[in-house]
Amino acid sequence: MSVTELGSRAPAPQPMRLGRRGNRAGERGVEVLLFIAATVGVLTTVGIIIALVFPTIDFFGDVSIVEFLTGDSWTPLFADKEYGVLPLLVATLVVTAIATLIAVPLGLGAAIYLAEYARPKVRSALKPMLEVLAGIPTVVYGFFALVAIGPLIRDYWPGGDKPSFQNLLIASIAMGIMIVPTVASLAEDAMTAVPRSLRQGAFALASSRMQVATRVVFPAALSGIVAAIVLGISRAIGETMIVTIAGGLISDRVLFNPIEGSATMTAFIASAGQGDLPLGTVEYKSIFAVGALLFIITFALNIVSFRLVRRFREVYE
Amino acid sequence: MAIDTSRAETGYVHPSAAALKRRRIRLGDTLFRLALQFCLFVAFAFLASLIIYVLIAGWNRLDLRLVTNMPSGLASRADESGLQSALTGTLWVITLTALMCLPTGIAAAIYLEEYADNTRWYNRFLELNIQNLAGVPSIVFGILGLGIIARVFGLGFTIITAAIVLSLLVLPVVIIATREALRAVPPSIRLGSYALGATKWQTVRRQVLPAATSGTATGAILALSRAIGEAAPLILLGAVTFVRFNPEGISSRYTVLPIAIFNLIKSPQAELQELASAGIVLLLIILLLMNSIAIVIRNRAGKIR
Repeated sequence: MSVTELGSRAPAPQPMRLGRRGNRAGERGVEVLLFIAATVGVLTTVGIIIALVFPTIDFFGDVSIVEFLTGDSWTPLFADKEYGVLPLLVATLVVTAIATLIAVPLGLGAAIYLAEYARPKVRSALKPMLEVLAGIPTVVYGFFALVAIGPLIRDYWPGGDKPSFQNLLIASIAMGIMIVPTVASLAEDAMTAVPRSLRQGAFALASSRMQVATRVVFPAALSGIVAAIVLGISRAIGETMIVTIAGGLISDRVLFNPIEGSATMTAFIASAGQGDLPLGTVEYKSIFAVGALLFIITFALNIVSFRLVRRFREVYE
Repeated sequence: MAIDTSRAETGYVHPSAAALKRRRIRLGDTLFRLALQFCLFVAFAFLASLIIYVLIAGWNRLDLRLVTNMPSGLASRADESGLQSALTGTLWVITLTALMCLPTGIAAAIYLEEYADNTRWYNRFLELNIQNLAGVPSIVFGILGLGIIARVFGLGFTIITAAIVLSLLVLPVVIIATREALRAVPPSIRLGSYALGATKWQTVRRQVLPAATSGTATGAILALSRAIGEAAPLILLGAVTFVRFNPEGISSRYTVLPIAIFNLIKSPQAELQELASAGIVLLLIILLLMNSIAIVIRNRAGKIR
């Protein structure tokens, strides 16, 4: 679906002003009803912000914002409670970085193949398979990472310290594959939007197919491709089930080593939210504070992505 | 003379040099093509090994016990454990989700595509907001459910709370897909309808919507299949508790398939891990069926046009 998400900024068709309005009972009423339906999305955003803001403000009444942002231990569920978000943030960044390193080459390779090389028949067979990959629930990715990728990597691990049972590496691998379809389909969209004339010009100058793909189409579609990558990163940061199942739940220290298990922001929210935390306690509110941080980060990345997509659309349409 | 002009046209290069250059380009091109194919191969090999793995791991439990038995709390009776309560829970939640999010999403798409005047700031805001909502992590929707719908609205950890949260989560998917479908309807159909004296709503209702059915249906199916596989927000909404009964109404407690699988994965018992694999196969079969319906609808629509 991510393919179409960003494509909805075309100008509205103009002939619609022609219809007779207001001379038939209910005509105006229908429009009002439709408008109300369209505002549900705004209400959702407002709801999300309200749900996050008030408990978060409350939370910062109990925990100083400096401790939250600079503390290196996160132990709200322990007897000795500490609220430094760095362990969660670092684990999130480690997972996101490895997943991006996997997903970007694979996703872009797949996109270039589909956009520039594959014949229409091949493409129409491959794209539904990518959609299937995109449609697999993340619980399944997490399970596969834990029970199949984990043992495989432990068996063939070259170093002395074997990866732990749950670790960030296996979660990152599964997550990398999970965001390949996101990156691939958006990047392919960007490349197919490059006008045919650019390709024809390059072919006329005796360029090979590879030269056309890498030196003409790729640079021309660059902003769309970057948007695809940014959206992939945003999905990786917000992904919950893979890291909850396979990534580990340690958060009392900052761990940069991906073969150790460590809780990400989303994994903490999911694991703390399972139990019935007593309402109004600091640990309950900490779920919302971490959620607010997560929302801010992904929101910023999404905005960057939209801006980039709009730019490439403006150039060629 | 004749030879000379042809040389001038083609730009003469010594034959061996030309062959060399061509071969080098071809070799690079071939390697590049192979590298690209390898990227797709990795993704599909992952998909294939995942499916084969869960099929083998869950093979012994792929029978009727899966859907006729309730999950068992006793370790000694893990063999008779099934996933019926999760399956019925999923059916309840998804039916309610469909009832809420499809009409809302389609209506919102009609407004944005057919009625909204794009020069008005509030219409552009509505549009931007929906794009943004599509990128909000699903666990944040769980927080919305926990903080507002379950607590402030007082709906608690019930099926209706889960369905509302999933509806809001997949609403952007429905809206975006429906808008694409509406946009693909040629303007001439609308003009023809207006020319015959139809009003705006008559045109939308009787001409545009029927013409956009297949695209809308595809989007609806994809949105619902995303909702079926979604676990993260429901973790925060009480679905993780052990449920041994089928839901009786919208205010019943519940669990759903992905969450039941999540619970089984956490347990150390080998029999339950096996059941988790079987549950995954069940979930994937449901999703593949929905996906293939969507593909069939899309292909048929493509042929008609």
